Amino acid sequence: MRRFDYARTSRAGEAVDLVAGEPTGAFVAGGTDLLNLMKDGAEAPDLVVDINDLPLSDVEVVGEAARERLRIGALARLADVAAHPRVSRELPVLTEALLATASPQVRNMATVGGNLMQRTRCWYFRDPDFACNKRAPGSGCPAQEGQNRWHAILGGSDHCIAVHPSDLAVALRALDATVHTLGPGGRRAIAIGDFHREPGAAPERETALRHGELITAVEVPLPRRGTRSGYLKVRDRATFEFAVVSAAAVLRMDGRTVRDIALAFGGIATRPWRSAAAEDALRGRRLTDDTVAAAGRALVAGARPRTHNAFKVELVQRALHEVLGALGDDR
Amino acid sequence: MSEEEQNTPAAAGPARRSVLKAGGATAAVAVAAGPAAAGGAGGPTALPRAVADITLRVNGAEHPLSVEARVTLLDALRERLGLTGAKKGCDRGECGACTVLVDGRRVKSCTTLAVMQEGREVTTVEGLARGDELHPVQEAFVRRDAFQCGFCTPGQIVSAVACVQEGHGGSRDEIREWMSGNLCRCGCYPNIVDAVRDAAEAEEARR
Ligand SMILES: Cc1cc2nc3c(=O)[nH]c(=O)nc-3n(C[C@H](O)[C@H](O)[C@H](O)COP(=O)(O)OP(=O)(O)OC[C@H]3O[C@@H](n4cnc5c(N)ncnc54)[C@H](O)[C@@H]3O)c2cc1C
Ligand code: SF4
Ligand code: FES
Ligand code: FES
Repeated sequence: MRRFDYARTSRAGEAVDLVAGEPTGAFVAGGTDLLNLMKDGAEAPDLVVDINDLPLSDVEVVGEAARERLRIGALARLADVAAHPRVSRELPVLTEALLATASPQVRNMATVGGNLMQRTRCWYFRDPDFACNKRAPGSGCPAQEGQNRWHAILGGSDHCIAVHPSDLAVALRALDATVHTLGPGGRRAIAIGDFHREPGAAPERETALRHGELITAVEVPLPRRGTRSGYLKVRDRATFEFAVVSAAAVLRMDGRTVRDIALAFGGIATRPWRSAAAEDALRGRRLTDDTVAAAGRALVAGARPRTHNAFKVELVQRALHEVLGALGDDR
Repeated sequence: MSEEEQNTPAAAGPARRSVLKAGGATAAVAVAAGPAAAGGAGGPTALPRAVADITLRVNGAEHPLSVEARVTLLDALRERLGLTGAKKGCDRGECGACTVLVDGRRVKSCTTLAVMQEGREVTTVEGLARGDELHPVQEAFVRRDAFQCGFCTPGQIVSAVACVQEGHGGSRDEIREWMSGNLCRCGCYPNIVDAVRDAAEAEEARR
């Protein structure tokens, strides 16, 4: 790890000013991704600003009765969000995604804000001995023709096909969350769908955040009664591993027909992937093998698999079938 | 981190003050950097610096320490305080050999900085026993022969202490899931699960 300056503050505005004032400045929350990136040499900040003293750890319900929202502070630890009674009762998709994330120790350290900002696990990106457009813009993308089993089949470009690794972000996309920030220009709210970017020709730009902009909270509308939700994560081993593919579903039925549905996917795309086409294929219809298969085909219609990841095209359709099978049963 | 870097006495480096480029940021720091900030990382505001004087509270004892900001909690414990119970397996958060408790919660000490622990209470495997009396989890590991080479064991034991306290020792499957952050190259998992289950049962009986 290269030498850097360290600062700690309990004032959000000051943390923002410090990082904004240093071109390579970075916030540190849990440190579980930043430290790995620094040890690998994928990032080398000159200034690290510790935000753990900021009062941003609370998980609370806000808003009037019919439109209640869960407000999750950016510094809330993944373990605490997963265990929050309102979350486990009303937002199973969120608890399931969080409990399938990393290990108990990492979940005690990792924060919600840091999880949304974590970098890709693309091995070329994490190893400075390789070219990588995301780490060194313009240097090339060895994953296109190289080892790309872990890479994206959707949302990629000739410049980058790295998968966004977060489980939490996939659940938040299915829940239509909003990310609240404080930046050098003041406060703003960003819809989760606008937060992460596809790589296009600039894979080094991953989110809508400007340099020095701090995530302060994430808000999730609490679902109406009768809403079911769940998260399915397919891994190379039973636990403590990133997703090969994952599927988040939020479902409201009207008798036997689908009244409303939200579907988001991980492991297959360059950003947490929401599929309106798959949702349209199911809304207003019954959940049968045929309708779910049609939704699966709609989901992967634009897929562009590479040498080692073509299996994900089939696997993610099966994951969709599985997650809906578990939710759609009349229980 | 290279060997050489780890062994560099941190205090020997010059205390480099950051040159803040933006006027706004300088002002913000200058205003906030009153007497409280000058003390240490625990004040309301700590000035940017590469070497910090901190106090690490470990196993109930206070250790004043001058450390480079880049030193991990694990390296500070092992190289500076001589507490070599926590092990460095992967140094990437993946194996759990470095597990310690911070404010009672299990964490991986390789993926957090020593300077971030000012004001917190760290417990390592060395802090579990009361004199010659082993912690019940340590007893259970001995009784169940839950190790071979022993490299992962301090991390397993600290993690198991937390696992039982959290109430995640209810069944063998639950233990497997909630101990998944600790890998054992020797494959002693069946005996580790037995040991954690014993400790959890003893804890349930006590409650
Ligand atoms: C062994 C291991 C296994 C893992 N497995 C999984 C997994 O299965 N699923 C998964 O989703 N993740 C996984 N992760 C990733 C882990 O969830 C992230 O590292 C963690 O959530 C990052 O949070 P943090 O608070 O530690 O962030 P830090 O490491 O402190 O910061 C990460 C980045 O976020 C920025 N940042 C932090 N907070 C803010 C904020 N409030 N505003 C703006 N920027 C901010 C930092 O500047 C930095 O760039 C794993 C990590 C490890 C080490
Ligand atoms: S896929 Fe993206 S992150 Fe990976 S090597 Fe290519 S440009 Fe870099
Ligand atoms: S050494 Fe910290 S988890 Fe492996
Ligand atoms: S006892 Fe050897 S690694 Fe676990």
